[in-house]
Amino acid sequence: MIRFLFRRIAMIIPAFIGVTLLTFALIHLIPGDPVELMAGERGIDPVRHARLMAQLGLDKPLPIQYLNYITGVMRGDLGKSLVTKQPVLKEFLTLFPATLELSLFALTFAITVGLPMGVLAGVKRGTFLDHSVMGLSLTGYSMPIFWWGLQLILFFSVYLGWTPVSGRISALFWIEPDTGFMLIDALRSEEKGTWISALRHLILPSLVLGTIPLAVIARMTRSSMLEVLQEDYVRTARAKGLAPWRVIMIHALRNATIPVITVIGLQTGVLLAGAILTESIFAWPGIGKWILESIHRRDYPAIQGGVLIISSLIILVNLGVDVLYGIVNPRIRHTR
Amino acid sequence: MSDTVEYVNQSVAPPHPLKEFWFYFKENKGAVVGLYYIVIVILVAIFANFIAPHGPFEQYRDAILKPPAWMDGGIWTYPLGTDDVGRDILSRLIYGARLSLFVGVIVVTISLAAGILLGITSGYIGGYYETAIMRMMDIMLAMPALLLAMAIVTILGPSLRNAILAIAIVILPHYVRLTRASVLSEKTKDYVTASTVSGAGTFRLMFIVILPNCMAPLIVQATLGFSTAILDAAALGFLGLGAQPPTPEWGAMLANALQFIQRAWWMVTFPGLAILLTVLAFNLAGDGLRDALDPKLKR
Repeated sequence: MIRFLFRRIAMIIPAFIGVTLLTFALIHLIPGDPVELMAGERGIDPVRHARLMAQLGLDKPLPIQYLNYITGVMRGDLGKSLVTKQPVLKEFLTLFPATLELSLFALTFAITVGLPMGVLAGVKRGTFLDHSVMGLSLTGYSMPIFWWGLQLILFFSVYLGWTPVSGRISALFWIEPDTGFMLIDALRSEEKGTWISALRHLILPSLVLGTIPLAVIARMTRSSMLEVLQEDYVRTARAKGLAPWRVIMIHALRNATIPVITVIGLQTGVLLAGAILTESIFAWPGIGKWILESIHRRDYPAIQGGVLIISSLIILVNLGVDVLYGIVNPRIRHTR
Repeated sequence: MSDTVEYVNQSVAPPHPLKEFWFYFKENKGAVVGLYYIVIVILVAIFANFIAPHGPFEQYRDAILKPPAWMDGGIWTYPLGTDDVGRDILSRLIYGARLSLFVGVIVVTISLAAGILLGITSGYIGGYYETAIMRMMDIMLAMPALLLAMAIVTILGPSLRNAILAIAIVILPHYVRLTRASVLSEKTKDYVTASTVSGAGTFRLMFIVILPNCMAPLIVQATLGFSTAILDAAALGFLGLGAQPPTPEWGAMLANALQFIQRAWWMVTFPGLAILLTVLAFNLAGDGLRDALDPKLKR
């Protein structure tokens, strides 16, 4: 197990280096150099330009610059935003809880609906129920989620008036950010209704963000269930006279969830990319909206830092899933 | 040769590959529906000039935010209503089909060609070359596709052309990996050895001997690539990083729709419906293709 762990961790190092190379390239591929960008439209005289370039270490050869960049990254220095002049890492960390809260809710929704749907479809293979689940899941998989969000707003917020349109909490309340998780911060508020308001704001965005993971999880659970139900041990369990639900829920589902765990881990990327679209529709103040705004404002250090942290997060989550998989399924540890 | 012999020969000969393919493909009803829908969209795109009742940029100042024809206040001159500057939505959707299919074709062509080239060379040559290319692809896969595409558009600047390029780069790794995997399993087979022995050159071995036998999974992936390309291009257009207004691109048409959500639901609903149905059709057809082309599933 230890060897497996080390091998897996060693495998992510080249991935990290690759990602930093990519984000490093990003800032050097854009037209104009960083000093010109900071100076903006007004321009800058050549002497000051040269001095600033030297100050920022931009007059050194590229390999040295890369080394400086990567040592900075190791220390948590991702540069400063051109717009707010704040450290990029600090901005990211302030906004990240909002995205995390949204993603966790979306994933919970996707799992609690997708898993039973997949199990039902697998057990009732070939029936109308199976076909509807598969049809719905393919539709969800093909969904342009930005449009889906607009449709849900149209129906639930505009037509029925049930849910708020945007933001994390009603403008009537002011919550002092503490943990950054609105549901937790709102709990400690004295005012009545804050928590309910936060929850109501969370419903639609989670639904939208969870749609594609839901579709993927349902499909994967179904096919995994179909495979497991054909195994000998399931037949044995049935032959012993166990109740059908027991065979399905205890014997089959446990093994069927193994590939589903991997698929759930792979949804991290889907969630973070989906957050860009979802947050921009619902004016959700998270990192997705922040990255999009940074792109529109040409705030390159922020884009660079954001891309780097998100990619690293995904690499780490994939590592976590791999390790978890090795624990759940010992056979995998000894392959390769 | 007598008639009898011919008859016997015919019954023994396997059915034409296309016929066999259609036999398996039409088993999947959803795939057939998807295929018909794709054909219709292609026809609409080709004959957009003749089908569309109005020009995509024509503004009718006396008919701003008209609802669809079947609603109160709607007229059949503008079947799906008009937008905030009085353009006919149906006509814009029809011209938008052209753009979406164009995006799909170009993206799939670029990434398929580059993917085959990189995949087949790395699978055939191996060594450091293979390692370098495959690690690069792994890194690209570690990033969410949309985020990577956005980063590329940041460098190149927002436009439909750059969005196409970005999406082509982003989906490239899938083709490279798929091609390499097939090449690895094909290149040790006897028919390749036979060709090598009979003196076929490297180029001939790679592209004429091995490649045709790797095409089945690539065709499936290319069909699914259409749906990814259309969806991602629409997402970039929606975020203002793809096609720029007033281009009648389906995603860009939704870009400022949010502000009209209270007053004009038709502006918000129809472009997205067009995206969803087209993407769904390609996914359905792709599923059917996989079932028809995958010999393991044939009983």
